[in-house]
Amino acid sequence: MSTARNAILNRLRQAGAQPLPVNNPDYPLWHPDSPAEPLDKLTELLEQNHAEVLRLNRHELVTTLRAHIEQAALKHIATGTGGEFLAEITRALAGCAEQRPFNQPLEQWKDELFDRVDAGITGCHGAIAATGTLVLWPGPAEPRTLSLVPPSHIAILKASTLYTNLPAMMADQGWAKGIPTNLLLVSGPSKTADIQQTLAYGAHGPKRLLVLILEDA
Amino acid sequence: MSSAIRIYPAKPDKVYVYATCLVDMFSPQSGLDAIRLLELAGVEVIYVPKQTCCGQPAYSSGYEDDAKTSALSQMALFPKPWPVIVLSGSCGGMMHHHYRRLFAGGKNEQEVNQFCDRVFELTEFLVRVCRIRLQDRGPATSVVLHTSCAARREMKVHVTGRQLLSQLDQVELREQAYESECCGFGGTFSVRHPAISEAMVQDKTRHLNDTRAAQLISADWGCLLNINGALEYQKQEMKGIHLASFLLGRLEGDHA
Amino acid sequence: MHNQPQLFHPQAEAALADQELRANFRGAMDYLRDKRQAAFTDPDEEAAIRDRAEAIRRRCLSKLPALLEQLEANCIANGIRVHWAEDAAQANAIFTDIIQSHGGTLAVKGKSMVSEEIELNHQLTKEGISCLESDMGEYIVQLGDETPSHIIMPAIHKNKRQVADLFAEHVPGFEHTLDVDRLIQTGRNVLRQKFREAQVGISGVNFAVAETGTLCLVENEGNGRMCTTVPEVHIAVTGIEKVVELLADVPPLFSALTRSATGQAITTYFNMISGPRKDDELDGPKEVHLVLLDNGRSQAFVDEEMRQTLQCIRCGACMNHCPVYTRIGGHAYGTVYPGPIGKIISPHLMGLEATRELPTASSLCGACGEVCPVRIPIPHLLQRLRREAKQEPRPGVPALRGQGAAKSKLEAFVWRSFGLLTSKPALYRLLSWCATRCRSLIPAKLGPWTRCRTAPKPAARTLRVLMAERNK
Repeated sequence: MSTARNAILNRLRQAGAQPLPVNNPDYPLWHPDSPAEPLDKLTELLEQNHAEVLRLNRHELVTTLRAHIEQAALKHIATGTGGEFLAEITRALAGCAEQRPFNQPLEQWKDELFDRVDAGITGCHGAIAATGTLVLWPGPAEPRTLSLVPPSHIAILKASTLYTNLPAMMADQGWAKGIPTNLLLVSGPSKTADIQQTLAYGAHGPKRLLVLILEDA
Repeated sequence: MSSAIRIYPAKPDKVYVYATCLVDMFSPQSGLDAIRLLELAGVEVIYVPKQTCCGQPAYSSGYEDDAKTSALSQMALFPKPWPVIVLSGSCGGMMHHHYRRLFAGGKNEQEVNQFCDRVFELTEFLVRVCRIRLQDRGPATSVVLHTSCAARREMKVHVTGRQLLSQLDQVELREQAYESECCGFGGTFSVRHPAISEAMVQDKTRHLNDTRAAQLISADWGCLLNINGALEYQKQEMKGIHLASFLLGRLEGDHA
Repeated sequence: MHNQPQLFHPQAEAALADQELRANFRGAMDYLRDKRQAAFTDPDEEAAIRDRAEAIRRRCLSKLPALLEQLEANCIANGIRVHWAEDAAQANAIFTDIIQSHGGTLAVKGKSMVSEEIELNHQLTKEGISCLESDMGEYIVQLGDETPSHIIMPAIHKNKRQVADLFAEHVPGFEHTLDVDRLIQTGRNVLRQKFREAQVGISGVNFAVAETGTLCLVENEGNGRMCTTVPEVHIAVTGIEKVVELLADVPPLFSALTRSATGQAITTYFNMISGPRKDDELDGPKEVHLVLLDNGRSQAFVDEEMRQTLQCIRCGACMNHCPVYTRIGGHAYGTVYPGPIGKIISPHLMGLEATRELPTASSLCGACGEVCPVRIPIPHLLQRLRREAKQEPRPGVPALRGQGAAKSKLEAFVWRSFGLLTSKPALYRLLSWCATRCRSLIPAKLGPWTRCRTAPKPAARTLRVLMAERNK
């Protein structure tokens, strides 16, 4: 459709619009919210958005995770094949739930992931306090559907990776120079208000989101 | 970019009054009362009898050239550098904002802009330029205020009417539901889309009536023509008057 | 047959007469207005974010052709295939080709107003491809063979009972309930099957980032992620105006969008897609396509004033605050985009001939412009379109499709006379004198005005006469 391309671009060019500068002095800068107590703000907002948040130290991760899995009666749990917490996750699951590592292409175990798996566990690339948001950075070791298809998502976050707001994180980490194929911001379990403005959780994605914040990591 | 904040001049000695065609034709008493009020505020009021209509009906119907004819003739009537006080937010919006747009890029752009800078809505002028202080001499009563969309959103003077009322000790201002929603007048809109306009004015009159206020007031005769017409059609007791008439009555103590 | 803009008047009257519909919209609009208000508690901050969002959109449009080329180049570098379509027919042909080349028979779609604009579902059905809506609201609308009545809340015209009735009719095994959780679970279960079966996932785009070749999607439900992650092929479609220059432009626009739309500080998901599955990845689509659609947008673009129409980020705040939309709902407009933004964009998409009534269906109350997060001067643009609908093209001003479609010799005469009358004080005086003399002769019925009002009655004497007496 290169004819369409050229026709469209030609019409647009003929308008002769004058390019405006990036730093336009006519407009003030926007300063996004920078919460003073970012960890508390993150917790508060995640909880407001129906996520469950537990704050702990790293040495408590295995026992906390196991306790949650037992209490929520999660039987089949999908995990990544790598990532910083894999060893701890594996220990937590040992003897209490079946661990299903995401070690094959989605197509080969789609039915199982959709029908049998109760929860997916992932790490987080970081988080954003101002909006109560987890930043997921999926890749081969932690594929993107881990946080999407199972009815529960358990996310492990290191407090040290928390930023006050999204622009700060983007700029500091140079996102414009390279981001994964599917960078995700997640701010709670899946929800909808499409029927008579009544909020319901678990529309298509996870119904439950548990965030384990490692305060000393 | 958000429109700049208006900087107000010191109180002048003389002002022009622009009564608007609706006041001229349907409620001249509002015009007399507004003029008296301005005089009490300490300014000399010049009424130019040749004034007709600001041209807004033609403008909002898409006939800009005809609106320009009206606009040019009106601007020519007010040659001295005195403020032009408009007794309606809607006509004020036309003369303060839309005249600029009509003549933008034209040879008389600068003169037009200078004229537009001199245009003030009545309540805006009383509060922000005259800094009027009102002494309430009337008996205790309750009112509900309808502010026109143009006063609210074009002139951004929705607070000045309330500020004037708040100076009256014996007057309770009641709040109606959906206060900021349009009454459904919109000039030619009310006859071009009568069913929608009807739905809007029926909701508006219901919300006004629900306040059970003793008096309905507005500083815009366009809205009042619509709202009063609907109230009368529904055989309601409530009937709106111009804010200027109400204020003057309170100062003179002869209105209930 | 769905509604048409040509039939705006009867459609609006029918909507006004439907009390259940009126109640559904009033309730929904009240909800959305309150949500927005709660999201902007500080007026200074609200002004700042709107200024920023406007500045970004204006800047991006000022470089639109260059940014589109940059977007294309960076998408291609990321492995995203880019297609261009002048109109709906070309866009649909691109979709059909891609889907058929994969032997696809089922597509799942996330919310996309552009796909509504090109009537994609309908066209794909003709080619033997079923295209299932997966946003809950869109799914409900599709089940009822309707169109969305709001751009972000598509099924806002229905209450839960009406949704339950619809499910009872169409979803096998559904037990009638008014419990919204159970209604949502019903939709979830049906659609979950489809996500894994579909060969193709379709989505819109909220922001397409030229700098990085990234497609951003905003959503709460997760169906957008499903559509763009689970099927082997993902096709995104967007209007050419959605491109932004920098990744850093995204956060302020995203914040302005969610707060204006639903009063959320952020949505549950923000999905940034920068390419198909890589060789070492285990999920994600193997192919990602981007379809860039013009469909009349370049017409708006060439006129500097109307270009502002394209600043829109599709939040829906203008309709939520519109007294006309609140009363007649989205379907009465007969256009894909209803409400104030619909009145100013549809004439470019469909021509002024078909849409000539829409710009007049506003009291110009300005509520839309007051809440627009990118400060589109909607009342001005309505005014401008009223003018273009009435008048022949002028030199130096690009003509619109359907320019002058509402031209009327009678109306032109009336306003010419008005101009004359208001600029000739003697004539005006004579006429107003006649009106006051004949005030008792004003008929009780004055056409449309008196369907709900009494006829206005001129005063006995005009202000001019009274002032002459006062000054004696």
